[in-house]
Amino acid sequence: MALQGTCRDVGEVAIVDFSGKITLGEGSAMLRRMVRELVDGGRRKILLNLADVDYIDSSGIGELVGAYTTVRGANGELKLVHLTKRVRDIIQITRLFTVFDVQPDEAAAVRSFR
Amino acid sequence: MAPATQRLEVTLETQLESVDLAENIVTRVAEAAGFGEDDIHKLGMAVREGVVNAYNYGNAQDPQKKILLVVEFESEQMVVHIVDEGRGFDLSQVADPLAEENLLRTSGRGIFLMRAFMDDLAVRRWPTGGADLVMWKKLPHRAAGNGRS
Repeated sequence: MALQGTCRDVGEVAIVDFSGKITLGEGSAMLRRMVRELVDGGRRKILLNLADVDYIDSSGIGELVGAYTTVRGANGELKLVHLTKRVRDIIQITRLFTVFDVQPDEAAAVRSFR
Repeated sequence: MAPATQRLEVTLETQLESVDLAENIVTRVAEAAGFGEDDIHKLGMAVREGVVNAYNYGNAQDPQKKILLVVEFESEQMVVHIVDEGRGFDLSQVADPLAEENLLRTSGRGIFLMRAFMDDLAVRRWPTGGADLVMWKKLPHRAAGNGRS
């Protein structure tokens, strides 16, 4: 399924609920676009909910990293929540757990923003 | 060396749609070969990464060029070739994406993932020209035979 994303707010935190695949092409481009729009709109606390993302390739990982550096570059925070097993495994083997702040659930994630 | 007993060869266009197509073909073949769900996923992902490499780097996104996907079954393993019209590259020169200085790069993880998901990986010249990214995966354990020696 092509990647879809919808945005909602919990206080100051912008939560983007993604579903589908984050892969080379429109999927990864959409992720990049949505995060960029949030940052350009002044949002500095961004949570990516990946509960319904069942597939990510190296391009998708690259876009997640790009999103992270974009938000950090704007002095913001980007966190991840609800990783599926396959996404978690990719993040694990690429050592990106040392980069991303992966939260156990949405409530904990929202509380964790400074 | 005994010849491969089964072989599938598909010519793909150098376009993004070929990435999904190649992955779908290989996952279906892997399923028919008896691989488990986890290995099917890994095979599909490895081929996806290989075709992306062929599309982006080997063929430089040139729609005039082709990508050849070959799947062979030898006695103990499945062998996948992804052939592009490029010059190839030295696997040993690919930057380590796990190195601290590379963690925040937005690219460079494809080869690493192929190595992680397959038993072996090599880059060679294809006999008729072009670069051949070849990867191997040991076939799943077969059930016991019929007892005849």
